[in-house]
Amino acid sequence: MEFREMMESKYRELLENYIREQSEQALYAGQKFSRKSIEHKVSPEEIVSLHKSLLIEMYPEVPESILHSFDILLEVMIGYGLAYREHQSLRHQQEELRSEMEIAANVQQTLLGTKVPVIQGLDIGAISVPAKHMNGDYFHFVQDENNCISVAIADVIGKGIPAALCMSMIKYAMDSLPENRMEPSGILENLNRVVEQNVDPSMFITMFYGMFDPESDQFYYASAGHEPGFYYNAEKKEYRDLNARGLLLGVEKRTKYRQYQMEIHPGDMIVLMSDGVTECRTEEGFIERETLIDYIDKYIDLSAQEIVNNIFKELEKLQHFQLRDDFTLIILKRDV
Amino acid sequence: MNISIDVNENNAVSEIKVSGEIDAYTAPKLRETLFPMSEQNGVKMTVDLSDVSYMDSTGLGVFVGVFKNVRSNEGEFKIIGLSSRLQRLFDITGLADIIDINSQIEGGVQ
Repeated sequence: MEFREMMESKYRELLENYIREQSEQALYAGQKFSRKSIEHKVSPEEIVSLHKSLLIEMYPEVPESILHSFDILLEVMIGYGLAYREHQSLRHQQEELRSEMEIAANVQQTLLGTKVPVIQGLDIGAISVPAKHMNGDYFHFVQDENNCISVAIADVIGKGIPAALCMSMIKYAMDSLPENRMEPSGILENLNRVVEQNVDPSMFITMFYGMFDPESDQFYYASAGHEPGFYYNAEKKEYRDLNARGLLLGVEKRTKYRQYQMEIHPGDMIVLMSDGVTECRTEEGFIERETLIDYIDKYIDLSAQEIVNNIFKELEKLQHFQLRDDFTLIILKRDV
Repeated sequence: MNISIDVNENNAVSEIKVSGEIDAYTAPKLRETLFPMSEQNGVKMTVDLSDVSYMDSTGLGVFVGVFKNVRSNEGEFKIIGLSSRLQRLFDITGLADIIDINSQIEGGVQ
């Protein structure tokens, strides 16, 4: 039988039981009843009016004044009923948004997808994990016809959906750049113009752009306000900051970017990251860049991909598995 | 996570003292306070961040937006009281080269 049809008799039974003996069980049955009636979308005012009509049936001699008092209770409960129905419909909308967001996140994954190139002599590892559904970090690899490997790592200031949308634009701007003979500084200058013209004035992008030429073992790079990476010198077993000066993308139309150059020897590493790595907050404060170096050192004998995976796991653990910011880490390691 | 913003307007210079943390949650409040001021013609703004314990890139975004507004309205914008961690944020992003930061401290007396 439908709940609504038997609701009246069920409620009557509850009421009679409790009036007879004020037991815990009778109260508990009331709780169970309310769960069922919520499930069947019975409004609170319906219950009040049911209560009132049962009372008249069971106690015809009940004073008029008591019966009148239920009218007030009924009026008050109508407000609660409305609030509850609104809550239900918001929950429904939230479900819809959540599923749309999941689809959007998948679309983004497909749009921004990049393949980590496999080339002889250079071991590459990359990991990028969003703090929320959508990732405001971005990395991209390009291999040109001269076998040069280019790597871009970028971070949109801001998080979530706006940041992710902005990143998709950058990706298309990069794809439409003329492919050959583009140097890191030239690429940043081009992208800067795109961002300056097309993006909301309070949204900015940091980017590091590097290019490795396996013919000459030279690494060319330039930075637009991006968190500096590390260079690991295998011979000296030393890390140093990969400093590069340059303004954020999208602030000044005619920004020039300085290009740097260095030789990469066997066993050397280039470590690139987003600020989600260094802004990783733990109970004791931020993780310092030295801590990050310790982790890289701990896993240095593994492959580049295993190193970045392990560092992510360590930092995730430090933050109790609650990422506050998007996290991206890339390692390029020249084979020994 | 809290932020408090005290505004003191005198002699045509607006002094804004920010305390607390500037992140994705508190940045909108900062923006709401600073943006209308930055849009006034010839405004002079000094933002004091000496009591800011944390700022992430969202906060940086607010200051860049304010800086651009002030510049296009021919005003002056200054940030003072940056801790070394905050100063580093402005250095890395290249903003230290275009925004007037910590000029009082560089003056030597603090």
